[in-house]
Amino acid sequence: MNFAFIENTIKSTLLEIQSFFQLTWRAICKIFSAPFYYHEFAIQMDKIGVGSLFIIVLTGTFTGMVMALQALVQLKPFAATSYVGGMVAVTMVKELGPVLSSLMVAGRVGSAITAELGTMVVTEQIDAMKVEGTDIIKRLVTPRLKATILALPLLTVIADTVSLVGGYIIASGYGIKPIMYLNSITQFMYFTDYFEGLVKPLIFGFVISMVGCHVGLNTEGGAAGVGESAKRTVVFSSVLILVLDFFLAKFFVTIR
Amino acid sequence: MPEQHTIRMEDLCYSIDGRKILENVSLVLEKGVNRTILGASGCGKTTILKLLLGLLKPDSGRIIIGGNPLEGLPESEQIRIRKQIAIVFQGGALFDSMTVGENVGYRMLQEGELTQREIERIVLEKLSFVGLKDTIDLYPAQLSGGMKKRVAISRALASNADYIFFDEPTTGLDPIGVYNICHLMRRLQEEGKTTLMVTHDMETAFAVSQKFSFIYRARLIFDGTREEMLHSDLPEIREFLKPTDASIFTRHK
Repeated sequence: MNFAFIENTIKSTLLEIQSFFQLTWRAICKIFSAPFYYHEFAIQMDKIGVGSLFIIVLTGTFTGMVMALQALVQLKPFAATSYVGGMVAVTMVKELGPVLSSLMVAGRVGSAITAELGTMVVTEQIDAMKVEGTDIIKRLVTPRLKATILALPLLTVIADTVSLVGGYIIASGYGIKPIMYLNSITQFMYFTDYFEGLVKPLIFGFVISMVGCHVGLNTEGGAAGVGESAKRTVVFSSVLILVLDFFLAKFFVTIR
Repeated sequence: MPEQHTIRMEDLCYSIDGRKILENVSLVLEKGVNRTILGASGCGKTTILKLLLGLLKPDSGRIIIGGNPLEGLPESEQIRIRKQIAIVFQGGALFDSMTVGENVGYRMLQEGELTQREIERIVLEKLSFVGLKDTIDLYPAQLSGGMKKRVAISRALASNADYIFFDEPTTGLDPIGVYNICHLMRRLQEEGKTTLMVTHDMETAFAVSQKFSFIYRARLIFDGTREEMLHSDLPEIREFLKPTDASIFTRHK
């Protein structure tokens, strides 16, 4: 590996980071300025929110069920199975709910955003829009950004709720009464836990949409390039979600 | 010709990763004079269009549209000046998610100055011009390649621009498709539009243009009429018009 290769790699990485933050900053600045493209926003809400509902419900339910199952096995020798609701709630609302929902959305929506924008780039549709005087960031980026940061917290709340229901289905098999299950949830959960469970998907939603848009708008090289870009989006956003999750968790532990 | 009726390029240079794509290209497009930029594939023809449209920024040199140098102007002002120009991209570049009607009326819908009824009337009129009135509710995916280009022409026409650029308009079309596009370009010219086409298809170029520019290895080496081109002594042009086995284009590939 020669020095020039390392230099070029570092240079291109730094340029990509710079271009990502430039796009992010411009998108933030334009999020509250007209025109708002409500129709495009509604389409994206439908695609991102409604379109992801089924996969989120499925993920939430089965994760809640497996969490409850594993917790019950561990708690049984200590005669503490009545705490299963709290354990499922804490794990799901603070960590697994936001992270799994975001990973699902990153795979499903992030890649779709990139593929759509990437295809528009390689077929010169983006250039055509620019020639028509359209602000690409307002027209294409901000509606996707707004839809994702609004839809992901809602999807996470749904995932959390169905996971608790899933957890109870398993817990009921071990003789846990609904009131015991609910009591343990309120006993374990604090306000900051709910807050943490909502802030995380908001930030993850921001990351997914911005990575999706950035990679999509910088797509090169035809159909193969679009495929490569979609893959990059899923990898980048998934890694960023997991890394950011640690730092956010650390932050919330500190302020507690 | 007065400056307000011209698009002027002065010493345009453009490079990618140190590779020169255009070097000191100067050219004047005059309103009413239809021009074709010729050259081998990859010689920088489309780059000229993209620079004029503001899709790329030149490394150096100036672009002056209607007497207004674009250099230093705010982006909004540049967009306003560039509205005199429309383009028909190589593949049509129709917006997939919109119907043909929405594609044609895109600029009018964006500007919001006309009522829905007026926009519909104009869209129908422009689609009738290209003979595709019945496709108004179809999506681009439902059209053939030639139809997409014709819709792109009607979109360019609906934008009410004075200059219409064509990027390789006949590439990939059958002879009937090529004939249709040439016919439409001539009709546009009759309607007072000035066309600038980039192509390597000599037949199309001679059918629709009065002036010809030739790009070779990033430089503009010829600018003149059809007769001047046909009788040019430049070896690059002679070989382009009648390529041989020992063609310089083949050698330099």
